[in-house]
Amino acid sequence: MSIAAEQHALRDDGLNGLQLSTRLESIWRTPSGFLGALMSVDHKVVGRRYIVTSFAFLLLGGLLAVLMRVQLARPENTFLSADKYNQIFTMHGSTMMFLFAVPVMEAFAVYLVPLMVGTRNLAFPRLNAFSYWMFLFGGCFLWISFALNVGPDVGWFAYVPLSSLQYTPTKRPDVWAQMITFTEVAALAVAVEIVVTVFKQRAPGMTLDRIPLFVWAMLVTAFLVMFAMPSIMVASTSLILDRLVNTRFYDSSSGGHSLLWQHLFWFFGHPEVYIIFIPGTGMVSAILATFARRPVVGYPVVILSLIATGFLSFGLWVHHMFVTGLPQLGAGLFTASSMLIAVPSGLQIFCWLATLWDGRPVYRTPLLFVVGFIVIFVMGGLSGVMVASVPIDTQVHDTYFVVAHFHYVLIGGAVFPLIGAVYYWFPKITGRMLSEKLGRWNFWLAFVGFNVAFFPMHILGLIGMPRRVYTYTADMDWAHLNLLSSGGAVIFALSFALLLVNAIRSLRSGALAGDNPWDASTLEWATSSPPPPQNFDRIPVVKHRDPLWLDSASLPVVAGLSVERREVLLTSLAEAEPQIREGSPEPSIWPLLTAIATTVFFIGSIFTPWAVLWGTPPMAVTLIGWFWPAGSKEDEE
Amino acid sequence: MRQTIVRDVSELPTYGYGPRSGPWWGAMGFMALEGMGFAIAIGAYLYLYAVNPNWPIGATPPDLWPGTAETIIYLLSIIPNEMTNRAAHRQDLAKVRTGLIVMSLIGIGLLVLRGFEFAHLNTRWDNTAYGSIVWLILGLHTTHLVTDLGDTVVLTVLMFTRHAKPRRFSDVTDNVFYWNFVVLAWLPLYVLLDWVPRL
Ligand code: HEM
Ligand SMILES: [Cu+2]
Repeated sequence: MSIAAEQHALRDDGLNGLQLSTRLESIWRTPSGFLGALMSVDHKVVGRRYIVTSFAFLLLGGLLAVLMRVQLARPENTFLSADKYNQIFTMHGSTMMFLFAVPVMEAFAVYLVPLMVGTRNLAFPRLNAFSYWMFLFGGCFLWISFALNVGPDVGWFAYVPLSSLQYTPTKRPDVWAQMITFTEVAALAVAVEIVVTVFKQRAPGMTLDRIPLFVWAMLVTAFLVMFAMPSIMVASTSLILDRLVNTRFYDSSSGGHSLLWQHLFWFFGHPEVYIIFIPGTGMVSAILATFARRPVVGYPVVILSLIATGFLSFGLWVHHMFVTGLPQLGAGLFTASSMLIAVPSGLQIFCWLATLWDGRPVYRTPLLFVVGFIVIFVMGGLSGVMVASVPIDTQVHDTYFVVAHFHYVLIGGAVFPLIGAVYYWFPKITGRMLSEKLGRWNFWLAFVGFNVAFFPMHILGLIGMPRRVYTYTADMDWAHLNLLSSGGAVIFALSFALLLVNAIRSLRSGALAGDNPWDASTLEWATSSPPPPQNFDRIPVVKHRDPLWLDSASLPVVAGLSVERREVLLTSLAEAEPQIREGSPEPSIWPLLTAIATTVFFIGSIFTPWAVLWGTPPMAVTLIGWFWPAGSKEDEE
Repeated sequence: MRQTIVRDVSELPTYGYGPRSGPWWGAMGFMALEGMGFAIAIGAYLYLYAVNPNWPIGATPPDLWPGTAETIIYLLSIIPNEMTNRAAHRQDLAKVRTGLIVMSLIGIGLLVLRGFEFAHLNTRWDNTAYGSIVWLILGLHTTHLVTDLGDTVVLTVLMFTRHAKPRRFSDVTDNVFYWNFVVLAWLPLYVLLDWVPRL
């Protein structure tokens, strides 16, 4: 039982290329069959599921958006009742923010970060599997409730006292509050995995100033998640306690305070926008470098901007509360910091423009979406600087101007880069290219449809149309612009249908991609497409920021990892010096069972506080099953 | 793509302690986000304290003895905890076993005491917002205590089985580390819950 005894294990040095890959594949692959699929802890398998699931929620959320636009297309429409409309805009906002935008970004990170830093799996693969199941169950819970007509109807921000028992005595806000907990548990788990993977599992030689920009962006995002999400969890737990066991957090008759809700909510809600936007910038940097055929200009500037944006985003939550009556000085301060955040974003945009300017850009679909992003995002930024000013915000607050602004920021800042990223990484994930011709159609439909749908909303807001209204009268003169906007929304929706068609066609018969179809420079392109279970036969050694461009003749690698058990190489934090060959967990059914137990616990507790008692033992049992080291190779010697 | 082997890592150890190991960083990550959760809860407490003219609302401050007794035990527990840590670094299985048993017992003792603390808060969770926030904060910390205790007990059992391999000593040191966090997190909460209402 000494260290020496563990080192007799066969290593990779004595094997030739083919023997090595077969051996590694057999120890890293996901077990076959249905049960095997449920046990998978491969970050690529889980990441793919995560991506597909969050896109499914995008489709559902988008469907609701189209329903809303149909209702608003003409005055005094009776397509949806006021009550249904409330549910639909709540479900739209909640689905988009909690089940699509954040998860999809983390999903890309789950798939890509290990490949981009040159390791074989995430730091905590079982936690990762658990996170996916929690996300899936939380999302299904929300949508099944909606289908059963108990979906939430109090807005994606669930303001109290509207969401208090007194005003909404149904189960609807409880569903919302528990859905938050599900998705937050999932998001937090992924955040910790990303941080540890980036800190400890980078390929030897990948010093801090050689980390790909997308990975940097995901690292900053992971920290934002870790510091912002606890706030919404405290908020929603307090809300559900108020509703279920009569606590008084938000009850002003007993010393509670409804503004407490707004502070807790926006302390999370504002960084949330950056949690969605910063990964988008990472995708933009990755795509730009590849298609401009040169590294992004100002690498350190981009990283500092990312970090500065992360910090500033926490100072800003109060700008959502200008109309709640804050002390004058406070408002001034928050106005200043709201405008300040435009600076790092502006710097990044200049770096990207310089990259395009100085490069030899090849306008393939991913790059088109990046250019679309820059245009739309700059416009969203401008209207953002407008609403950051207290006098203007007081005027346009709760009008369609705000709806226009945040869709410009969210869709421009996140969805456009994301679709670009789909075109860019689809070949790596599936082994096949998407059609370029359909891609161009996709882009132009999206770009035109988006602007036609959302630009008129600025004007509608300025001429007084409030948000969250289910209809309006003809004498308001809002009809033409609303019709235009609805038409645009349909075109925009069609662009997603086209993406779906393109993906399905390409899965069947797309051109084969090969390892590195775009001639990109980062490590995920150094392995085959799709990558084998072990990601890399030998772990690469990084000597430059753009290894595949500068070491294109021959990639330096390390030898000496085990071929008898799952092993990852741990390296030092700053210099990425190899330190340890650490075991990596085997597939396991326990994360799924734990997620099921947790789901029973969470949902049960909506209906009876006793669920906290009888729901705990199964959670404890499944957790012990999870952590008990049975079946791991190192313990069976 | 062609490859050149530039380094052999076969002589590297297969596990390590502290910041060299992955799980240690995982524990750090969870401490950061849980610490943030405590900070937010403290913020909520202070917010309610600030907006209410009377504090505590409709209640007397908590009785001091349970919280104070806990604080003393928490602080003293650092000694056996640290001894377990050293034993784990030396890979001294017998000492580690004893240390883990002692720490489990301390955890159980604290949990019992925690029951008294809830009973001596002198307010119910549904009385006023004051009652709600003190129950929430104490509940949050108790959840930590319970999970850490569960972790310690499982690890103790593990160390009595054939799974007591060298690498498990690294898990023991992480468990020690996490306990220190539970202790550290308690100190500001003690001041907040037991002394701020007496200001
Ligand atoms: C097909 C594209 C989309 C269309 C046509 C659309 C349309 C709308 C409309 C009309 C509203 C206003 C509802 C009202 O105030 O009455 C709305 C609200 C909202 N949308 Fe979208 N949206 C789209 C995509 C997105 C995306 C991708 C996101 C997020 C990533 C998003 C997030 C939100 C949020 C958070 C709200 C606020 C909901 C609330 O007030 O409770 N939307 N959307
Ligand atoms: Cu904001």
